[in-house]
Amino acid sequence: MSDSTYHRVSLAVSATALVLLLYAFYQVFFIVPTEAKMGIVQRIFYIHMPSAVVSFNLFFVVCIASIGYLKTRRLSWDRAAVSAAEVGTIFCAAVLITGPLWGKAVWGIWWTFDPRLTTTLVLFLIFVGYLMLRLYQPEPHRRARLSAVVGIIGFVNVPIVYLANRFRGQHPAPVLGGGEGSGLAPEMVVALLWSLAALHALGLLLFMQRYRLERMRTEVNELYRALRA
Amino acid sequence: MSAWRVATALLRKDLLAEWRTKDVSTAILLFGFTIAVSFSFAFEPTPDEARVIAGGLLWLGFLFSAVLGLNRGFARETANNCLEALRLAPADPGSLYLGKLLSNVLLLLVAELVLLPVFGLFFNLALWSRPGWLLLILLLGTWGVAALGTLFSAVSANTRMQELMLPLLLLPLTVPVLVAAVDLTTLLLFNRPMSEGSMQFRLLAGFDIIFTLLCWLLFGYVLEE
Repeated sequence: MSDSTYHRVSLAVSATALVLLLYAFYQVFFIVPTEAKMGIVQRIFYIHMPSAVVSFNLFFVVCIASIGYLKTRRLSWDRAAVSAAEVGTIFCAAVLITGPLWGKAVWGIWWTFDPRLTTTLVLFLIFVGYLMLRLYQPEPHRRARLSAVVGIIGFVNVPIVYLANRFRGQHPAPVLGGGEGSGLAPEMVVALLWSLAALHALGLLLFMQRYRLERMRTEVNELYRALRA
Repeated sequence: MSAWRVATALLRKDLLAEWRTKDVSTAILLFGFTIAVSFSFAFEPTPDEARVIAGGLLWLGFLFSAVLGLNRGFARETANNCLEALRLAPADPGSLYLGKLLSNVLLLLVAELVLLPVFGLFFNLALWSRPGWLLLILLLGTWGVAALGTLFSAVSANTRMQELMLPLLLLPLTVPVLVAAVDLTTLLLFNRPMSEGSMQFRLLAGFDIIFTLLCWLLFGYVLEE
């Protein structure tokens, strides 16, 4: 993509993300009825759940981009992988911060060993490890190779972590009240969908910016190397 | 050379080196022993409490000592450029992985068998009531840790901060092993029928198979120069 095309696309994505976010927030704060049992705090749900979906999708991108790098050895795949990993980790952190805030208000506890909570936390730790690994390996191709291996294994591991925690006999299985499926009022579904779209647009925007930053970093490093040589 | 011969040759080499230096086994055993002692000071449980928490403590102890052992195990390959020789060997990386994996599983299992009585002593556990099941749990759990640990010790050997990278990567990834193995060990300690843990056994076996295959496929990418 040439710089001017990139610029236009990124402007379009920024505008879309901004409009969607504003509209989703309008829905969440003004349109959606307050949930009967949980009260106003349930509105965290419209940020919490979509953030989780965005972060899972981005980690899926990490896995695909990692396979892409190992197959083609093109650093552009690696740039996509690291960008998705970083943005995904941020969204995952948002899930982990909003979750306990909501849980404390509704269940009376910050944390419980529910499979979804545990899986999200482990996922977060895996990709923090992934980013740390990149920090300690300056050589671009070696870094891409090693982190691709970690990215693939980390993603494959996720469903297994989920299963392992589901088998736990003692988990209290809290019902995410009004969470999935049938329990949602129609207005809630609409707000949730807008929120999903808005946060995906935001995720895409951050991903694109991060990708561009990574490419500029590579260029600067190459220029430095050329100057020294 | 056939894959199996490469793997067994590497296994023999690793065990021989270990027999002569005792690098890894001393590290695992001393560290494991220290952990067992620290846990017993930290908790001082009654016999009933001990049965509830011992499974978790046991596997945490094994996991931490395994990280230490795996780190040192791969440090041996990087020390005198031994890794270079492994790369040059006319063998496919998958078989090298298998050899390394077997030697790691064997070393860890032996260390665990030595550490078990230590934990049993400090926490007054009746671990040996069903030795067959105990050995199966140990084997499946250790295999899972070693399957990922072998690959990741090679990954972290390629970075600065090697000692830090391995636990940072390995501990979150082995959460399923930890959870399932702890559940099964607790069943054992409470003299419950092992059929209650059939899902955990399946999970451990599935984990071992999936990650042995995946790491076997990916090991070559880690070894490249």
